[in-house]
Amino acid sequence: MSEERRVTEADFHAYLDGELDAATTAEVEEWLADHAEDAARLESWRRQRDALGALHTDILDAPLPAGMRAVLNRRAPRNHRGRWLRIAASLVLLLVGAASGWLANEAMAPRATEAASFVHRAVGAHVVFTREKRHAVEARAGEKHLVGWLSNRVGRRLNPPVLEAAGYELVGGRLVADDGRPAAQYMYQDRSGKRLTLYVRSARNAKDTAFRVVAEQGVSAFYWIENPYAYALVGQVTRRQLISLGETVRTHLRGS
Amino acid sequence: MTIRDDIVAEVPRLRRYARVLLKNQSAADDLVQDCLERALSRLHLFRPGTNLRAWLFTIMHNLHVNTMIRARREMPGSNGDAASDCLDSAVPPAQGEGLAVRDMERALDQLTAEQRTVVLLVGVEGLTYAETASILEVPVGTVMSRLARGRERLRVLMNGEDPNAPGRVS
Repeated sequence: MSEERRVTEADFHAYLDGELDAATTAEVEEWLADHAEDAARLESWRRQRDALGALHTDILDAPLPAGMRAVLNRRAPRNHRGRWLRIAASLVLLLVGAASGWLANEAMAPRATEAASFVHRAVGAHVVFTREKRHAVEARAGEKHLVGWLSNRVGRRLNPPVLEAAGYELVGGRLVADDGRPAAQYMYQDRSGKRLTLYVRSARNAKDTAFRVVAEQGVSAFYWIENPYAYALVGQVTRRQLISLGETVRTHLRGS
Repeated sequence: MTIRDDIVAEVPRLRRYARVLLKNQSAADDLVQDCLERALSRLHLFRPGTNLRAWLFTIMHNLHVNTMIRARREMPGSNGDAASDCLDSAVPPAQGEGLAVRDMERALDQLTAEQRTVVLLVGVEGLTYAETASILEVPVGTVMSRLARGRERLRVLMNGEDPNAPGRVS
């Protein structure tokens, strides 16, 4: 072939992994449209990556072995004489650290459970309502009161994030009873009918958490707690897509 | 102390990655446990606001590499990969696992350790190139070339083609 090759092997992989800027993405897509062999290789790398991502996912939900839990629950070491003597400042820091470590140990178990049961309920609501055809939502996307109603019930302004760039359109939303408190669920759908839900409820006493991703009941959930609210994005999408969607949602919610 | 909570939240991912890497759950859990002990004893070295996941994977990666080096020293005359293969094959495959999983594991065995690590960090864990580069302490360009070579080799192996056939150098 005499045609000059602008797109490199590394570009194909970066394209697959979502690491390219828009201009290079367009170049790669243009190239792939004309080069079936490369497109086929890319497809098989994609399958390969999905297969790797699916390896041993059961471990992600499995309880931790006792030895590991013991390591995680061990209190901050008390007998650090050499270190304690070094500088007075570090002594103070260590004391503060040990004290909060002690407190954290007491508080850790219930808190971890709280986040886990929150996401469990978000997944449950996803599974139940995304199966519905005619009654998937209580209020449709176009209905004026949708946003005001759910915002009032949950206690914060809850403009549904726009996910159209990722191919998802808002279907609508509903109110869900979550352990005796109101939660809002927004539902999105892509062209193929694949559905995604965003689940929000107040979580006044919960501690902030970083993003977490879990797989449960055949779907993945991306969730986080940003006091005083807990959020979960649930769908049957790849981990990478979910993380990218989750970040879009979080940015949007922070800005609104 | 949210940081401890955050570490707890990362443990399932560490376990899963170690399981794929070592192909044996108890060996994997030993590695993860060592990693957690080290992380908790060095918590003061973690800078809040930086990437905790990458920090934990860095610790685990270094522990694993050190184990491999030790194994190599104990077996003079072999290179690193042979040492890791020896270690790996000392471990019987778990029963009842799907053929596809075993095929994948067998194909992964045939990558170099460097290619395998990158393919797994990006493919299994979905880490970004930048995170992977910081874990392995190599430039992003190196991550990209190892990834391209590793994935292509894996593709050829999974297709049942001969990876040493001429014309498929990459």
